[in-house]
Amino acid sequence: MNENILEIRHLSKTFGTHAVLKDVDFTVRKGDVTSIIGASGSGKSTLLRCINLLETLTTGEILFHGESVTGGKLNQSAYRARVGMVFQSFNLFNNLSVLENCVIGQRKVSRVPKEEARKRALYYLKKVGMLPYINARPAQISGGQKQRVAIARALAMEPEVLLFDEPTSALDPEMVGEVLDVMKSLASERMTMLVVTHEMAFARDVSTHVVYMADGVIAEEGPPSQVLVNPEDTRTREFLKRFLAQD
Amino acid sequence: MVEQLFTDIGSIWAKYGTVYLTGILNTLILATVSTLIGCVIGFICGILQTIPCLPGDLWVKRALLRLLRGIIRVYVEVFRGTPMILQAVFIYYGMPYFFGVSFRDIWTVSILVVSINTGAYMAESVRGGIMSIDAGQFEGARAIGMNHFQTMLYIVLPQTLRNIMPQIGNNYIINVKDTSVMFIIGFQDFFAVHKMVSGAVFKYFPSAFLEMGGYLCLTLLASFLLRRLEKRMEGKGNYELVNEDQLVMTAGTYKFTGEAPYEEKSRDYQGEKP
Repeated sequence: MNENILEIRHLSKTFGTHAVLKDVDFTVRKGDVTSIIGASGSGKSTLLRCINLLETLTTGEILFHGESVTGGKLNQSAYRARVGMVFQSFNLFNNLSVLENCVIGQRKVSRVPKEEARKRALYYLKKVGMLPYINARPAQISGGQKQRVAIARALAMEPEVLLFDEPTSALDPEMVGEVLDVMKSLASERMTMLVVTHEMAFARDVSTHVVYMADGVIAEEGPPSQVLVNPEDTRTREFLKRFLAQD
Repeated sequence: MVEQLFTDIGSIWAKYGTVYLTGILNTLILATVSTLIGCVIGFICGILQTIPCLPGDLWVKRALLRLLRGIIRVYVEVFRGTPMILQAVFIYYGMPYFFGVSFRDIWTVSILVVSINTGAYMAESVRGGIMSIDAGQFEGARAIGMNHFQTMLYIVLPQTLRNIMPQIGNNYIINVKDTSVMFIIGFQDFFAVHKMVSGAVFKYFPSAFLEMGGYLCLTLLASFLLRRLEKRMEGKGNYELVNEDQLVMTAGTYKFTGEAPYEEKSRDYQGEKP
């Protein structure tokens, strides 16, 4: 029953002459919570942005339910609507209220009827605990609250996979918890998630799969018990040692 | 002396007051309508100029986009780089030569000329306004599946409009004053009234005095109203916390029929659990 939702095949990405991703292959199965860890500049975020087609791939392809999304057969907008994305810098729409942020995509992209879209938005805003703030504008709420709204906005599109690009990195320490709690509850409901993170506790306790990236390649991947506790790759070991020393 | 000035103004006003007022009305209508149309032209140019050109696109699309950008560029440079007074003459008297028709209605040609002129300036303002919007806004919109036009229409342009309101106000005030050059093709604006009246009574300064005061009043009023409009567009400084109980009721009475995608996975998930 482990249906493959996303398959990344031979993905390479170069910026000018700088190769950020080199022949990356990996698969996301339904229900997987995958944490992507690694040092800054190892290509984690670029990988995520390539998956959501925010960057054009240099070579390789991405299969969504076995269909290529880069070949032009599958409509890119429709694909993006089914793959949610949560950004490090939230990227909430500044001209819209919290509620409108969660409604607009449903209305304009998925063509959900007005009342239905509103109810769905309220449902997900309640889920992330932002229901009291539906009339606020993004500029009026805190970072943690913004990120929770961003998660609700992505959920309201009812995506099959949710991508998180360092969702807690731009937050004050006391706000990290509230966002991680929402992510944990999604994980416990078996939402398929792909999370680029520096939160090792999240990677260890919540994810089902950990990918360690170094220098544009996947150096090691497997269940957290293996990658985080008994890493085979020396680079993984070095990285974890440095990280644990910081804590 | 000064008393003489005011008696002259009084006598001119007594005789031509309504003509001056009609001139003011015409000036205001022309400036307002043309600024609005100019804004629309500017925003359309802004959307068209920022259509992204991706490496994977067909050469036809890329060629068309290049052509489009070229045309907009020429339009902006030509209408920004020549005097409006000449543009009016050019279009009004040039039409019969090129198309064999002439404008019967002086309003149509005046609005056309001022709108096109304003549009050229606005196109650059809008382009600058769009560039000032954080790239994250575009990415957020693209990430939920919006195409370029949806992103522009619902997310970027509303923010751009707010950011460039001071420049739109600038253009409006410039238009209130500069529509005075339309007298050259016979448009009866506020300044044309001065030409007419001073020619009829040979009193240049009293009429000019009236005009100066009149224009200043118009632009001050416009400034004031534009400030008010900007304030209103800012939105409310605070927000009301929604009474949560009420909303829980709303949310609770709604039976969420479409299963959320992550709920169905709970049953058939067989992967490792942490």
